Amino acid sequence: MIILGIESSSLVASVALVADGAVLAEYTVNFKKTHSQTLLPMIDQMVQMLELDLGLVDAIAVSGGPGSFTGLRIGSATAKGLGLALDKPLIHVPTLDAMAYNLFGAASLLCPMMDARRNQVYTGLYHYRRELEVVKASCAMDVGQLVEELNGRGEPVAFLGDGVAVYDSQIRERIAVPFQYAPAQSNRQRAASVAALGAVYFAGGKIEAAASHVPNYLRKAQAERELEEALRQGKTGELAAGHSLGPGGAW
Amino acid sequence: MKDVLILAIESSCDETAASVVKNGREVLSNVISSQIALHTQFGGVVPEIASRKHMERINPVITQALANAKVALADITAVGVTYGPGLVGALLVGVAEAKAVAYGAKKPLVGVHHIEGHVAANFIEHKDLEPPFVCLIVSGGHTHLVIVKGYGEFEIIGRTRDDAAGEAFDKVARAVGLGYPGGPKVDKAARMGNPHAMEFPRAKVAGAPYDFSFSGLKSAVLNYVNHAKMTGDEICVPDVAASFQNAVVEALVSRTILAAKEYGHGKVAIAGGVASNTALRAAMAAACKECGLGFYYPSPVYCTDNAAMIGVAAYYEYQKGTRHGWDLNAVPNLKLGER
Repeated sequence: MIILGIESSSLVASVALVADGAVLAEYTVNFKKTHSQTLLPMIDQMVQMLELDLGLVDAIAVSGGPGSFTGLRIGSATAKGLGLALDKPLIHVPTLDAMAYNLFGAASLLCPMMDARRNQVYTGLYHYRRELEVVKASCAMDVGQLVEELNGRGEPVAFLGDGVAVYDSQIRERIAVPFQYAPAQSNRQRAASVAALGAVYFAGGKIEAAASHVPNYLRKAQAERELEEALRQGKTGELAAGHSLGPGGAW
Repeated sequence: MKDVLILAIESSCDETAASVVKNGREVLSNVISSQIALHTQFGGVVPEIASRKHMERINPVITQALANAKVALADITAVGVTYGPGLVGALLVGVAEAKAVAYGAKKPLVGVHHIEGHVAANFIEHKDLEPPFVCLIVSGGHTHLVIVKGYGEFEIIGRTRDDAAGEAFDKVARAVGLGYPGGPKVDKAARMGNPHAMEFPRAKVAGAPYDFSFSGLKSAVLNYVNHAKMTGDEICVPDVAASFQNAVVEALVSRTILAAKEYGHGKVAIAGGVASNTALRAAMAAACKECGLGFYYPSPVYCTDNAAMIGVAAYYEYQKGTRHGWDLNAVPNLKLGER
């Protein structure tokens, strides 16, 4: 069984091929180039290096969010296009679950966190019993509230993700439980984790059609939130009149 | 000679579209999933919502385009895709999808300029039309007057200095309460109005006989509407729509005819969403007839955003040897004639 993993939910672009319990290849880049420029060339180089026919993969696992809206879409559209062309199913792997899978078997509570701006992080809580267990499902929340919740649980915790560096001082200031930060090789998104966890889902029949896959953004579009707020306050006229249009018109 | 089949994908704004085009002129399928209803409640296209909708629609639209054309992906010669200009988030969905489809199917990739696509829409129904000719490109985002020197070869001789023609339509439509999308609504309202009820200003750009300016006209209409509101006078929406539209059409037609006379190609084409405006089509047809110029225009379905026009443009690019790499990126402000 061969699974192609695709991860582009943050600044990190990562692709991997995982076959029967081993990583055949993984290519991870944490660089300013856009995923649109990097992701497919990385898949191509990996496939060429392995002298592999991509048609031999059984499924395509994609990091399904939360994360950068645009980043998620580039990864998902790449997965959807490959799925369409190769007639392969997709596996939607929640981004934070895959990050927690980086630290498989850890004894502590695991807290991946991605910077979600506005003093919020995309986060979730995990621990290992016999397998990865979700203690708290993916959500967007205030960093301070997250630390309070961890203090309330009273368990040692390991943090990972690009939110750690951003909110380091807030974490250190408020945290009252033993904690650790994951090291470089496991503190960011990795496509090998997406593919490996994807393989577990695949074995359990958790697949979806390439046509129906969409990312799980966790957050609504800003305009939707504003519209809902305006509807609550009965002010739709103002909103419609004040809304600016993008280029490329409506004709 | 073997047929060249292009699978084309377009997602630059609020339409998710795919098409199969044979030998550059024959449209085998043209599937368009429009989001207009979704954006109407916001009074315009919301980029993030458009991008999300593209994700939902893109695979079914492509599959439908192949099915309608009765071809398999394996039969396709190359994949064409719009990579700019447009909304970056929206473009990226089509670009990432098209690259992956082409890569997975082992087909070459051809990136297409959206506006080149609009111009190429004229080749679909006019099998006799060949460059050179003068083309007026008018849409919500663009107002260009170009000499089409060859396939994919353009000389821009005029452009708008401020608002695009379609943008002015949208803003005026909103001001008079017609709503979104403004173009078709103004067009419809204007049919019942008097185009000379008010004389709105026609701006000329000094020293640039082919350039356009619509912001003064737009402001004049908005001032008129605001003044009426303040004094409590009721405005006659059909008259305002017709008078505004007449001013836009006059500016577009006069410069296009001037260019056709000056550059002497004897052929005039129009392209872009505003090219489906009935008053523009009628006025341009009359002016061309009077001057003995051939007039070409696409059916409305090929004026607004569609993938068939991208397939036509991609065909001519493919024949010239254009191939894009797997690192092709969306370029939201891609200039005409830029590669």
